[in-house]
Amino acid sequence: MSPAILLLLAFGLGLVGWLAARSRAWAFRRRDPNARLHSLPGFHAWYVALWIAVPALVFALVWNAVSPALITAHVLADPAAAALPGFGFEREAMLAQARAVAEGKAFGVFMPEAEGLIAPYRVALTRYESIGLVVTILVALAGGAFAFLRLKPNFTARTRVERAVMGLLLLASLVAILTTAGIIVSLVFETVRFFGMVSPLDFLFGTHWAPDPMSTGAVDGKQFGAIPLFWGTIYIGAIIAMIVAIPLGLMSAIFLTQYASSTVRKVIKPLLEILAGVPTVVYGYFAALTVAPAVRDFAQGLGISSASTESAVAAGLVMGVMIIPFVSSMADDSIAAVPGSLRDGSLAMGATRAETIRKVLVPAALPGIVAGVMLAVSRAIGETMIVVMAAGASANLTANPFQSMTTVTFQIVAMLTGEGSFDHPATLSAFALGMVLFLVTLALNFIALRVVKRYREAYE
Amino acid sequence: MDTLTSSSADTLAAQRRARMAARLARRHSGDRLFKLAGLSAVAFSALILVFLLVSMASSGFAGFQRSELRFDLPLRGQLSIDRDRLAQPDPAGALELAGLPAMVDAAAEKGLGEGGSALLADGAWRDVAARLAAKPALLDNTSIAVSLPATDELAAAQRGDGHEALQPAAKRLVAQGKLVRAFDWGFLARSDATSPQAVGIWGALKGSIMTMLVTLVLAFPVGVLAALYLEEYAPRNRWTDLIEISINNLAAVPSIIFGLLGLAVFLAIFPHYRSAPLIGGMTLALMTMPVIVISGRNAIKAVPPSIRDAALAMGASPVQVVFHHVLPLALPGILTGTIIGMARALGETAPLLMIGMRAFVASPPGDLTSPSTVLPVQIFLWSDEIDRGFIQRTSAAIVVLLVFLLLMNGLAIYLRNRFEKRW
Repeated sequence: MSPAILLLLAFGLGLVGWLAARSRAWAFRRRDPNARLHSLPGFHAWYVALWIAVPALVFALVWNAVSPALITAHVLADPAAAALPGFGFEREAMLAQARAVAEGKAFGVFMPEAEGLIAPYRVALTRYESIGLVVTILVALAGGAFAFLRLKPNFTARTRVERAVMGLLLLASLVAILTTAGIIVSLVFETVRFFGMVSPLDFLFGTHWAPDPMSTGAVDGKQFGAIPLFWGTIYIGAIIAMIVAIPLGLMSAIFLTQYASSTVRKVIKPLLEILAGVPTVVYGYFAALTVAPAVRDFAQGLGISSASTESAVAAGLVMGVMIIPFVSSMADDSIAAVPGSLRDGSLAMGATRAETIRKVLVPAALPGIVAGVMLAVSRAIGETMIVVMAAGASANLTANPFQSMTTVTFQIVAMLTGEGSFDHPATLSAFALGMVLFLVTLALNFIALRVVKRYREAYE
Repeated sequence: MDTLTSSSADTLAAQRRARMAARLARRHSGDRLFKLAGLSAVAFSALILVFLLVSMASSGFAGFQRSELRFDLPLRGQLSIDRDRLAQPDPAGALELAGLPAMVDAAAEKGLGEGGSALLADGAWRDVAARLAAKPALLDNTSIAVSLPATDELAAAQRGDGHEALQPAAKRLVAQGKLVRAFDWGFLARSDATSPQAVGIWGALKGSIMTMLVTLVLAFPVGVLAALYLEEYAPRNRWTDLIEISINNLAAVPSIIFGLLGLAVFLAIFPHYRSAPLIGGMTLALMTMPVIVISGRNAIKAVPPSIRDAALAMGASPVQVVFHHVLPLALPGILTGTIIGMARALGETAPLLMIGMRAFVASPPGDLTSPSTVLPVQIFLWSDEIDRGFIQRTSAAIVVLLVFLLLMNGLAIYLRNRFEKRW
């Protein structure tokens, strides 16, 4: 049974119930013109529709989850299944093939052993599908009948429907907590598994990173020293990118808020928004194809022979450009939050605009600007595609910006898109790296938001 | 004596005025320099943007073309095939049985010189088959002019790289007007392939559209309902604080972390749906939801309290107030935020790499659970290809992606200007 049919069924029956309940509610009033309905007929309708659709949907959901197991169990109980291999990939493949034929998705099986399973599958599929269909209808009818019989002129349908709506609203907002919890639990779970194989000390303080996803046997914790990754991440995201982004972003914000006329602002602001909206994969492509070769040629022109096509500086420069609009808008906000009286006072004392900005506005806005820079750093170190495409894979612990350098996000991608098995420490190390990344960005964001909040309150 | 002091005071004053003027000039020039620095910072960003767009567009334009060989294909009386058969399913198969591939090869040998058939890309005859199936009347023509894709090697030779040996042949054909770069509409209709001459973007585009649909269906209702709850009903307590902190943090969590979540949770629950738009959409929905909540709350906050008070005074219940009055008034703002969030999700690559949407998928996805790729991931995969023919194709794919992003952002700006009310 495809879930879509059960879904349509639930909604169709719900609609029928909705119409029936509404006409019944109208009938109350027709029968006795003096009767005052507690709720509008629409609420009676929604009450019945909810009682039909929600139980039916819940049942359909549960049934969809358990019926494949029931069907498989039914097929395995068949004598034809005795010929199956005991376990493993072949057995799964045969079952899947027979099932596909029975469902009409395929026209024949590749493995002759699967032939005998088609008939039992057909039987099981029809049986469990019809059971599912009938029970869904029964559940819907039962719910509908229960609700329908409760309808009376003074029935408090509105209160009940509204309570359901409030429940739905609360449920929707709990999704955020669930997501956060899901991130923390999955990261912690896999990280703990990783630390069961590799000591946290080796991971956090080791200086040699060379995990081999295909290795077997004993785990060598010395391969999992993540310091080069942390250094690469900080060097690219927090140093090179910020050397580009902070001056350019700050000066852009100052120009736009203090010097530019409103028409110029109207043109430039959307331009910056477009720059912020360009997907990171496009920046990555730009970095790899245009910036990286130019940087290499420049470095070789300077006489640095070790310069490679994949360099920290190429990734960092492009990342800096990507961050400019972000820094600019954060700085814009904090400068705008400085009370106008400070600025007016400074100008009235005869200071030029540049002096006012440098000596009054920027110092007053500094906490907000610093917080904005922290947010920008957190965004830069979590950025993936630019470093994947331009920074390289080799974990070098060096200060030479023209060398290839790798980052936390690059290694997460590399470890999880390879061929290694899910239980291998190299694969699990990606989750430990993700955990570190999550905690660091969380801390940066948390501190930055507190700073911004406190500072806003100080001027209000 | 008197005059002396007054003249020395005059010179002193004059000197002071001169110093003052010099200082003032210096300060003013400092001001101008500062303004210039600001202007150049803005100009730098604008320049980068223009350079980025122009280089992508110019290279992308070449990516919408492919190298095609032009020659005449004799038709009348050559193909023994029933007209009606072409209207039935699989006309290409029928034409293959009727000997169309050999005919195309022979015509290529004749029209392009010896070895001409080897210059045609594999399956080039399918283009002819599609043309005949669409217009069977062509079979009556003595011959038709065809323009068929060349091999990757010849395409490379036309660009001036690749095999040395092919270069003279390519030059000769170009001079004769038989080898041309022609606009390739098929790029928008085909899917991924191993040869840059045969690739298309439709598979990835369809995957993106399906993924975005899943994201929208999941993230929009949840985001709007959560925003309504937090802004209108939530009591001030620890739970509400927790929800707010989670949402603010989720909005700032690096996207790759959501990929890890999708990998560890969604793929553990649905192991068979690796690289399906369904899983991709679910992962991106978790990422987009906080954006919708935050922008939704701002839009709801902007609805003046007097509207709520008026509705309550008329006897509406709190739920009626919100769903009949507040939500419709806040909807344009919510939609703007949603479109911006969706545009971000459309360009997102890293989380989808995590959940396996990086496989080679040669056909557009049939449904939400079939393997698929998406535009940004396709760009990433092509950028990794060694064949230089993919460089232009990658730019063309980027152009397609940017066009969609511009359309979405344009729609958001239009909605904001058209419907947003200032109270």
